[in-house]
Amino acid sequence: MKISATDVSKRFGTFAALDRVNLEVRSGELLALLGPSGSGKTTLLRIIAGLDWPDEGQILFDGEDALKRSAGERHVGFVFQHYALFRHMTVFENIAFGLRVKPRHQRPSEEEIRARVQKLLGLVQLGWLADRYPNQLSGGQRQRIALARALAIEPRLLLLDEPFGALDAKVRKELRRWLRELHSEMHVTSIFVTHDQEEAMEVADRVVVMDKGRIEQSGTPQQVYEEPRTAFVHEFIGESIMLPVVVLNNAVHFEGRSVGLDAQGAPDGIATLFTRPFNMTILPDAEPDSLRGEVRGIHGIGPARRIDVALGGAQTVIEVDAPRSKHCAIGQVLHLRPAQYRLFPSEI
Amino acid sequence: MSAVQITAPIKAEPKLAPLSARGAAQAPATPLRRIDARADAPWVRFVVVAIAVGFMSLFIVLPLACVLTEALAKGAAAYFAALTDPDTLAAIRLTLLAAAISVIANMIFGIIASWAIAKFEFRGKNLLITLIELPFSVSPVIAGLVFVLLFGLQGYFGAWFLAHHVKIIFALPSIALATIFVTFPFVVRELIPLMQEQGTEEEEAALSLGASGLTTFFRVTLPNIKWALLYGVLLCNARAMGEFGAVSVVSGHIRGQTLTMPLQVEALYDGYQIAAAFAVASLLALLAIVTLVIKVVLEARLQQE
Repeated sequence: MKISATDVSKRFGTFAALDRVNLEVRSGELLALLGPSGSGKTTLLRIIAGLDWPDEGQILFDGEDALKRSAGERHVGFVFQHYALFRHMTVFENIAFGLRVKPRHQRPSEEEIRARVQKLLGLVQLGWLADRYPNQLSGGQRQRIALARALAIEPRLLLLDEPFGALDAKVRKELRRWLRELHSEMHVTSIFVTHDQEEAMEVADRVVVMDKGRIEQSGTPQQVYEEPRTAFVHEFIGESIMLPVVVLNNAVHFEGRSVGLDAQGAPDGIATLFTRPFNMTILPDAEPDSLRGEVRGIHGIGPARRIDVALGGAQTVIEVDAPRSKHCAIGQVLHLRPAQYRLFPSEI
Repeated sequence: MSAVQITAPIKAEPKLAPLSARGAAQAPATPLRRIDARADAPWVRFVVVAIAVGFMSLFIVLPLACVLTEALAKGAAAYFAALTDPDTLAAIRLTLLAAAISVIANMIFGIIASWAIAKFEFRGKNLLITLIELPFSVSPVIAGLVFVLLFGLQGYFGAWFLAHHVKIIFALPSIALATIFVTFPFVVRELIPLMQEQGTEEEEAALSLGASGLTTFFRVTLPNIKWALLYGVLLCNARAMGEFGAVSVVSGHIRGQTLTMPLQVEALYDGYQIAAAFAVASLLALLAIVTLVIKVVLEARLQQE
């Protein structure tokens, strides 16, 4: 199912949780809403599910106004961050709930319900837990039961709120891959919310980065990582080196000296230069127009090696990837230049 | 759990021997003197337990025994005759009716109020929480007087109800109202903390799975609170049946009509029908014991949840 949100705004008191958000989700897509806490991603998810209502804006499901329908009428499967399994029901009854509460004429027979639940339990590979209660399950098992419960109503759309947030690192890795595989089998349009960029990058077809109630950028994980459109996205996704610079006549100046870089059309004024640790090249020879810094520390084992470099007046210490072949010693002066970088004018 | 720590013996630290002597000192291990933190002298233990048991006997067991012996002083036949006296039967009926009304009313109000307090944010919420506890700190006599002031002949609405031939004061309505007022906090106090802890996610999950509001309430909310609700209802019921002060003010003391069991006990006692008074009192005492047993069972269930 295709979902489109148009100019969706939501305020809680004076706090703008969502500020004119526009979002398109393609049919069959697995989309990640990525952002720090308070960025509005969960609010957007809840509005799509019908658990919250926007102050303004429109939500369309396949071109049909979803705001006219209650949460139950939207046929949306929602997996809660803390699973929200019904604590007084067995795993079996939890999964069967969505079928049992259907209006009488739509309700499947008891045998059908039994068969459907067994099938779902098989899908999440937990058939042997049917008679247990939620408090007898591990976090990862609860998570999968919550998913099976949401899938029982054959949702047109699957929404997951921080699906792996409450799990330990190992289980999280396994479940991520499992969700990815499940999605490619079922092809139900899915949106999941996360604050973990690695998770979003690994699982999603497309990532939507949010901050302060706005969408900063959306695109494939690769696009968002390699071509961040805003300073926030660059900083939030992957490791970043940030340098306060001044742009003058399309040249970049750091601490009063030109560093031999093109300003990429950025306007004159204060800006921040963003690059990644592996994009910082150590120049073989001293060059006047370059970043100059002193090695402060060397760490890391194996193929990757990191050095701390104090730039210029030693106010700014950056971490740079340095190849093993390069000789480095503490106290040595290096000349650096980013192979790839982006400039974002500073907000005043 | 803390008891385990307390009873764990504290090993007396052996005095540090000079390094050279340590190896030798280890071989014949002299038993360490054990200092048990709980090891009070036996007589202290005896006195403390004796005081506790003596106090219990004097204030609870003895009166209960008294009630039973006095009730049966004139024999079992007189006991059952006293209980089957029409006035007494009327009192039992009235008590059961008033208790049933107030339990049902407080269950409904209690669930609604707890839901509002636990699951929504609104202005005046703290004031509401304080007000709910008010009946605990107000003398029941005042509660009774409030209803006389409202519905009595000289009261604000008394004349209107009289004109419409609705009897409130000196009748079942005022007895039920006074009882509801006095027992209001019991259910709410049990439900609010539980509902706050449980949050609204399960309800939201039920709604998004297609359940209606009513289905969600009966299939999700109610099962989650049922033990706490029963516990609150039990306490509410015990208090409702035993309430004296508030009911006494509004009842009008008409024998066979507006006397509840506690009031009937008083009336019989004042009329020198001591055995009959204690017979009715023994019923109330029985109720207390039954309540206590159910309470213990419910508490065990609540612990499990």
